[in-house]
Amino acid sequence: MTNEQLIGKERRKERLDRGIKVRTEGLYSLTSWREMSYLLVPRMFLILGLLLIPLLLDMYWQRVLCVAGVYALLALSFDFLAEFVGLVCLGGAFFIGSGGYIAGLLSHSMGWSPFLTIPIATVGGAIVSTIVLLPCLRLRGIYFAIISFMFPLLTVYIIIALNVFGGTEGITALATFPNVWVDQYVILGAVIISVFAMRRLVTEDFGLILRSIKDNDQAVKASGISITVYKTKAVFIAALVGCFGGAYLSYLYGWLGISQFAMDFSILPIAATVMGGMGTLVGPVLGALILTPMSEALRGFGQLRVVLYCLILIGFIVYKPEGLMNVLQRKYHQFEHWEEV
Amino acid sequence: MSAEVLLQVTKINKSFGGVKAVQDVDLELPGGEILGVIGPNGSGKTTLVNLITGFVKPDSGEVLFKNKKITGLPPHRIADLGVTRTFQIMRPYHSLPAFKNLIVPLNSPRIRRSRGGKLGDKDGVAIDILEEIGFERDAYVPYKIAASLPLGYLKRLELARCLAMKPEIIICDEIFSGLSMSEITTMIPVIEKLQMDGITIIMIEHRLRELFRLVNRVIVMNFGEKLAEGNPEEVMAKPEVREAYLGTEAGQC
Repeated sequence: MTNEQLIGKERRKERLDRGIKVRTEGLYSLTSWREMSYLLVPRMFLILGLLLIPLLLDMYWQRVLCVAGVYALLALSFDFLAEFVGLVCLGGAFFIGSGGYIAGLLSHSMGWSPFLTIPIATVGGAIVSTIVLLPCLRLRGIYFAIISFMFPLLTVYIIIALNVFGGTEGITALATFPNVWVDQYVILGAVIISVFAMRRLVTEDFGLILRSIKDNDQAVKASGISITVYKTKAVFIAALVGCFGGAYLSYLYGWLGISQFAMDFSILPIAATVMGGMGTLVGPVLGALILTPMSEALRGFGQLRVVLYCLILIGFIVYKPEGLMNVLQRKYHQFEHWEEV
Repeated sequence: MSAEVLLQVTKINKSFGGVKAVQDVDLELPGGEILGVIGPNGSGKTTLVNLITGFVKPDSGEVLFKNKKITGLPPHRIADLGVTRTFQIMRPYHSLPAFKNLIVPLNSPRIRRSRGGKLGDKDGVAIDILEEIGFERDAYVPYKIAASLPLGYLKRLELARCLAMKPEIIICDEIFSGLSMSEITTMIPVIEKLQMDGITIIMIEHRLRELFRLVNRVIVMNFGEKLAEGNPEEVMAKPEVREAYLGTEAGQC
């Protein structure tokens, strides 16, 4: 069929799975190196890419990478809750804040090493966040989003009003990590581990039950499973990831303040998820790793920065609404060609 | 048929705003029976199911299961006791194989307890349950993606979800609706077999002729009230029942 014949006729893109995709599902993937590398190459690309990036950057961009890693963790936890549990959680700032304050305060008052305080703050912050969100778990959609968005704002005002935890000034001169390499590899390691752990989790029974709560919570109730228990567990897991980011941030900055409850931590993960591809878990991480440096790079434009930033986002939503990762996955797994309808 | 009463509903009431969805309905269900509940659209049949299974809280009245009050318990606690139900609207996991759709009930605390805390080979158990309910294993039907299954199998899948709970009572909410004659014909023995296995069943139905092949006793509901109760022929002969079905040849449906 030549191009002339196709003009004026309706066309559509036909997509077919590549043979190798089918062969790599299940145990068949172990049949040959070709099949195994089909699965391993993209994964290694991500892992090695993340591990090698710091070597190519100067001090300033290394710092940006660290912050991008924190946003990546938040985006991951946002995507997990939104896509697999049906809770649109805008409480990212609360995760960061609670993890950050626990780690910072412990380090300030007890003088413990980060390798002790970060795990305590991760778990402690997650417990606090879960308890705070517990009464709202019965809400859904936009209602849960609004309430979860309120908590960071609320906490900031409590801290200011009571003048506790350093009040508006925050606490300065906290301990930091020994050097920039620890800075970077702690967060990159955490990102890599959380992405793969999360991907594994959502394909386990636990993840299937969560998805089924999102799709059809009545059937889950009728199956004798308490959806509150499962939602609580899911929020706890998402909060673990977020609170680790917060605890890490206290040490990265060596400073603790109410800006850890800033709205950015709640909002940017959504943008990253939209850009990276909802429901892919890897996508939001990539989205955050692109958006954060981009926002830095646009600093040179002064006030125009926000406009450019928004234009890029709008461009993504209009032209690639399914997100980066979904597009990449499709290109990788499927043939595409035009055919006449 | 054992005479022991498994489920007892007394004077149950529910209004939605000004609409009295269920009024003073009594119901007694001996173990091992199949009870039919019929009535025109909007007569409160599904609300009755929701009241029994805890999805809707009654305004007054109570539900006893094995002489223990279950009104006010949340739905998952009632299901945990062994009172399960199907839904009119089925939403299976479209992207997963049929047997994976039973993962949710097979992870329930009730099943966990019955296996002494261990869950074991869930996929195997799921496939066994599906085969029992008419998913031909030889034709690999249990392995098919749920989205590709015809309605008849989806209805069975919904029933299988209940069955995976090892229930004592299954409440089937219009399990025949939307099925072809031949699909129903293959479904009836499945339900008879469930009864023989000792499961007590309540069937909410519009397809009267097929229902009457299964049940010995029906309850007719209209405008939220119980209109009549008794064996199918007697009940359908009553003038008020005929009237409720628009005065037409009710039995012919």
